[in-house]
Amino acid sequence: MKSLAELAAIREKMKDRVVLREGQGDIRVVVGMATCGIAAGARPVLSAFVEGVANAGLSDKVTVTQTGCIGICQYEPVVEVFESGKEKVTYVKMTADKAKEVIEKHLKGGSPVAEYTIGQNQ
Amino acid sequence: MKELSLNILDVAKNSVKAGAKNVVISIEETERTLEISISDDGCGMTPEFLKNVADPFCTTRTTRSVGLGIPLLKLQAEQTGGKLEITSKHESAHPLDHGTKTTALFYKDHIDMTPLGDVCGSVVTLIQGSPDIDFLFVHKMPDREVRLDTKELREVLGDEVPLDNPEVLMWISENLKEQYHEVS
Repeated sequence: MKSLAELAAIREKMKDRVVLREGQGDIRVVVGMATCGIAAGARPVLSAFVEGVANAGLSDKVTVTQTGCIGICQYEPVVEVFESGKEKVTYVKMTADKAKEVIEKHLKGGSPVAEYTIGQNQ
Repeated sequence: MKELSLNILDVAKNSVKAGAKNVVISIEETERTLEISISDDGCGMTPEFLKNVADPFCTTRTTRSVGLGIPLLKLQAEQTGGKLEITSKHESAHPLDHGTKTTALFYKDHIDMTPLGDVCGSVVTLIQGSPDIDFLFVHKMPDREVRLDTKELREVLGDEVPLDNPEVLMWISENLKEQYHEVS
């Protein structure tokens, strides 16, 4: 059973890291989570990013957030990647598997997965 | 929506948008029925807004003038012979006890019943999206109960570790899954 003691252990572990995180997080992954996104399957996409970013050790560099309707409901699930100094990348019709690929190639590797971007899906 | 858990996620987001500090999500099952209720202490709705809230053209979204969250939940409840009820107190008329409660009743044995699906996923997603709001989740089944209260977690974590910390989210997810799989 996941006990409260384990939760307390997480707190202890995080104590040293809090300071390090300030001022970092230069990549922002935003998942559209309005009715349109949720109905199209955004929840597993979001989970894949949250878990994938943590497992890849990218938590200090990448923050994953949710937003409302982005306005292109027919392309949901939509994920936007913002990186300081670079143009926004919009991924469309995402799945959990595509999310894993984006984490690996884009967030970790630095090159967007062109195949899943809105430019190539119109 | 393919799962009622997705409706829960969708409707609870309205509570977040209404500025709620506390959101209670409850699922109560009997042999034949399943009742979902989502209540919050957000700003509430005016009687005029409440009257039209199941109308798809009544919405708070700004990107377009159609909102399907509540109409979808209503349809899914009614197609099993159940119903949707919403009560709300707007902050202008009820400055001390405002908020909204949405209750949907389903008959599980109806052929058009939507499966409940991954409730754990929805709870974790809600906490990830609004780590500063307190969520109380209770799922009562005939033989047992699953429960998660973010207030209790916050007490253990203190101020320095937010609820949307990835390791905390994974703890929550696994804790809920274990509660569901526990042999009663």
